[in-house]
Formats: sequence, C-alpha cells, structure tokens
Amino acid sequence: MAEIRNYTMNFGPQHPAAHGVLRLILELDGETVVRADPHIGLLHRATEKLAESKPFNHSIGYMDRLDYVSMMCNEHAYVRAIEQLLGIDVPKRAQYIRTMFDEITRILNHLLWVGTNGLDLGAMTVFLYAFREREQLMDCYEAVSGARMHATYYRPGGVYRDLPQTMPKRLETRWTKGKDLRRVNAWREGSLLDFLQAFCDDFERRVDDYETLLTDNRIWKQRTVGIGVVAPERALQLGFTGPMLRGSGVQWDLRKHQPYACYDEVDFDIVLGVNGDCYDRYLVRIEEMRQSKRIIQQCILWLRQHPGPVMPKNFKVVPPTREEMKHDMEAMIHHFKLFTEGYIVPEGETYAAVEAPKGEFGCYLISDASNKPFRVHLRAPGFVHLSSMNEMLSGHMLADVPAMIGTQDIVLGEIDR
Amino acid sequence: MNEIAPTTEQILRELFADQDVKISSNRVGQLTLEVPAEHWQFVAQKLRDDERLAFQQLIDLCGVDYLGYGNDEWETEQASSEGFSRGVDALGPGRFDWAHRPESAEVENRFAVVVHLLSLKHNRRLRLRCFPPLQPMPILATLVEIWNSANWYEREAFDLFGIVFEGHPDLRRILTDYGFVGHPFRKDYPLIGNVTVRYDETQRRVIYDTVEIEPRVTVPRVVRRDSRYVQTDHNLADGQDTEA
Repeated sequence: MAEIRNYTMNFGPQHPAAHGVLRLILELDGETVVRADPHIGLLHRATEKLAESKPFNHSIGYMDRLDYVSMMCNEHAYVRAIEQLLGIDVPKRAQYIRTMFDEITRILNHLLWVGTNGLDLGAMTVFLYAFREREQLMDCYEAVSGARMHATYYRPGGVYRDLPQTMPKRLETRWTKGKDLRRVNAWREGSLLDFLQAFCDDFERRVDDYETLLTDNRIWKQRTVGIGVVAPERALQLGFTGPMLRGSGVQWDLRKHQPYACYDEVDFDIVLGVNGDCYDRYLVRIEEMRQSKRIIQQCILWLRQHPGPVMPKNFKVVPPTREEMKHDMEAMIHHFKLFTEGYIVPEGETYAAVEAPKGEFGCYLISDASNKPFRVHLRAPGFVHLSSMNEMLSGHMLADVPAMIGTQDIVLGEIDR
Repeated sequence: MNEIAPTTEQILRELFADQDVKISSNRVGQLTLEVPAEHWQFVAQKLRDDERLAFQQLIDLCGVDYLGYGNDEWETEQASSEGFSRGVDALGPGRFDWAHRPESAEVENRFAVVVHLLSLKHNRRLRLRCFPPLQPMPILATLVEIWNSANWYEREAFDLFGIVFEGHPDLRRILTDYGFVGHPFRKDYPLIGNVTVRYDETQRRVIYDTVEIEPRVTVPRVVRRDSRYVQTDHNLADGQDTEA
C-alpha cells in the first residue's frame, strides 16, 4: 500500500470561487486542510502611492475601484478624512443623501455576497434573484452619478449633485416592449425617491424569497452550520470588524458607536450572531439588508421634506456653478485655481473610518499643507479578514475552502489596493 | 475620536511616565502617542492589558516615509522665464524614473510606523507612532504577539517600506511580485516602477523588461500655509502637531 503523506495544492489565482485573483497554497492531509497560505497582491495597483502624485479630488475615483462592490462607502471614508482636515461642514441634506447611498451600497454588497456565496456552495437560483434587485439599485447609482458602479459621487463638502427629479426610464428593445416595457418602467414614473420608495416597499418580500431558498435549506445548512467558527475573543484578536465580528456576537457597529453622517438620527438595530459560524454570518448579513432598507425609508422621508443645498458655498474647496462663472470674476478665479491646482489641505493627519458593508473601512491621511496627500493609507476590512484564513481553515475539509472565502466576503480589489 | 481627550491623556501620562512618550492631540481631536523604539512592545502590551485603556483591537498599521515632507515643486518666490515647466520639471513624487531617482538621503526620523488602536470597551481610538532607528536598516519589534492582526500589516510595511519587524513569525513580501526588488512605497522609488512584465515572442515565455513608460505628473505639488488654518493651529491649547 502506498504511503500517505501531506499534499500541497495550489488553489487559484484563477478560480471561480476565489472571488477575484486570490491564490491559496493549501497543505492537505487527505482531504483535511492543515495549513493555508494566501498569496495576495495579484491585483496590487499601488492606489495609495498613485494618490500621492495627484490632487486630492483626483483620487476619489480610485476609491470606487478598491472594494468594487461597495463603492460609495470607500469614497465616504476618503472624503471624510479630507473634510476633517479641512474642517468644513457638510450640509444636512448631503449627509442624508450619503447615509442613504451608504445603505444602498450595503444592500448592493450583501446581495452580491448572498448570490455568489450561494453559487459557491451549490445554490444557483439565489444568484439570479439577487442580481435582479442589484440591477434596480445600480440604476439609482446611474441616476445620480451617471455611472453604474464607479460613481465618484461623494465630494469633500457634500455630494456632486442633488437627487434627480426624474428617474431615467428603460427604452424599448426587441425583447422588452409594450406590456413588458410598461411593467419594467412602472416604478420609474416619478423621481429617484419615488423609485426607491417603491423598491423598499417591495424589498422585504424579496429578502423573504432569498430566505426561503437558503435559510432552512438542508444542503445550505450542511455547508455552513458549524463551519468556520470564530470565538469572540479570537475575532477581536484577529482584528475582525463588521459582520465578521458581529457574527461572533460582539456588539460593535461604527454607525451606532461612532456615528457619522446622519446615522445618529435614524433608527436601526445592530444584528448579532450567536455561534460565530458561516451560517450566523449569513443570517447577520440577511438581517442587515432589512435594517438597511429601514434606514433608506427614513432617509427618503427626510429628504422629501427638506430640500436644500448639497454642497457648501465654500469656493476654496467646492467649485462654483457654471452660471456663476459666467458673470462673476471671483467665481472664475476660484474655478481656475480648483481645476488646475486643486485645494490645499492644511497640515495634519487624521484617521476616518466608516462602517462599510464588509467591516471598518478606514482612511489614514497625512497632509503637509499641499494640494496632494503626503500619504494615504487605506484600511481595508478584507485584508485583515483574509489574514485569518489560515486559522479559520485549518482542520476543515477541502470542500470548505469556498465556504470560508465566501463567508469572509473578500474582494481582492481592496485587499491588494 | 469621540472622546474627552484629557482623561485618556491623563491615564497615558501616568502609565508611561518613565517611557519618554510624547502625547499630542491635533486639530481633529485625535490623540497620538509617540513611542521610542525601545519601548514599543512594552507600551503596546500596557495599552492592551490596562483595564482603563483596553485597546483590544489593532485596527491598522502602516509605514510612512517622511522623505520630502513639505517640499514644494512650484517655487514662485521670484518671476521666472521658464513658465509652467519650472513646476513640472521638478523631481517630486512620481516625476522620476529609476535612473534619476533622488539620492536616498539620510534623514533623521525618515520612516515611521503608525498604528491605530481601537478600544471597544471604552469606544476610544488611539494613534501610536514610532520612528525606528535607521541603522543598519529600519528595524522595530513586532506586535504580532500582542495583536495577531498586526501580522499581515507588518508584512505589508516590510514589503512596501523595507521596515523590518524583529520577531515576526513570517516576514515575507505580501503585495509585490515574487522576486520583487526594492520597496516601492518609499518616496525615492519611482511611481512608474522599474520593471515591466511582457510576453516575448522569440523566447516564447513571459519575461521581465525595463519599464518604458514616461513619468508624467500634470499637476505640480504646491505647498501653501493658509493663514486660516495657521490661526486655528495657534489657537489650539498645546498647538503642536507631531508630524515632521
């Protein structure tokens, strides 16, 4: 009989369950993983170094490309860091718009997560349903910024522009016309807020659908219950944040504990897991979607009643309108300076964090009183979560590798930066 | 962040009276603790274990290269006949290639390791900064034993800045390519890099080649001490930011 010994296996970097370009070197004993060594950096673009050679505003677009499924939350951290150093106030309406879009982003992220994680573990259907709802929210991104994903919508001082009064409609195609087209455009007769309102009213039922497909599904539970258990003490030691930490039962949410934007004015609950396994983290994320929906509804209500500016009238940072430029010399000068040189951020350093869908996304910014950041460091939640891969995976079966990558909700864009 | 600064400050002063630490609060209201390299681990251990502080989580660790801090590319002291080019011909970040990279200057306190801690118990944050000694190489004790999450962050700081963490269990490169040479986030490392990877038709394999991109930065780096902010800084009670 042949001698049995440990076997080293390469997983990725091009593997559909790796959620990007992740390479894992797995040391196996039979089918049991003894050691996992993630190799990252295949998507390293040196975002932080690129930012050092560009004026502050030029890098907002790069933030979208870090965690490319929770785009606006990344922007939020970066923009907040700049605002803190500049010491400028953001209009209330812009704060509410940010709160709302952060939550839209959270739903976008969790929908993608529940879809792809289902796919990894053999549940094809939920993926298709999740992407149907994602499409609607992508349209909201497009309506405010013109881009479906990489919005560059948040700016230091507020948001780029106010919410549109009309929601763009779908056009007739060979496949969608007549009755179908009217059905597709049914929610799009009014403003963006009307559209979101309709979406939220409908969304609870959709989440119920996903739960019907997964929560009591025997195969789903076999693949997730008791898999990847992380004790609360270990979760803290390993630097977990977000749903990974809450899945282990630690009550910590930056939106509640260190509120930013308008999170202290909206009502929502922190969702906690009990056992700290993949199944609990799944339940946490599902419930977070419902909570996000609640927040969005409250934001819609507020935004309907409170029109107002979305950018401060601070021409040292915020460009004047096109119209003002035409007849105001000062505005012209400000515009010229802002678009050739950018604005100066006073000397200092700050760390600004937001509760991104994956965990704490932070931005450490050092400015030396110039028009470009001296150093930007982005604290990506996925980087820390992935570093625990060895500990979480050791002792599990090879088939649990996709479950573990899935439950960490990693996106290599933010890990490699 | 959202804290009453004096109380934390008092605890820190009391705890580290013998360690020669510097405590400062900046305009944003964030507290920074500057620690001498020899007390790095001791201070970290205390910060985690002291009940009044209880910084259970290391949120972030990163390297900083202070070379060229506050340098201006656009000197407008006197009129010049060179026009715009005097701004864009400078050798600031991103403007040089490997052959023309600035001399690696021996600047005191060139590198820093910056750590962000979080206490869930007291809902507090703290920034730690340490300037590792530079000779023979930037070297600092590891924090992996105290906070396990420091593991990859220290690998990253080693990879990108060449800061060595003594006692780290597995100090390998993490973000750059296998066999990469140099530490790309140092300020004297060109933004365009040094090598490029391409497929060679004749050798029929992927090879490394010297990079051919022209360094191109369109906006000059400008430093302005805006009087509005200078005033605010003066008004701050202890007014001294720790950087530089």
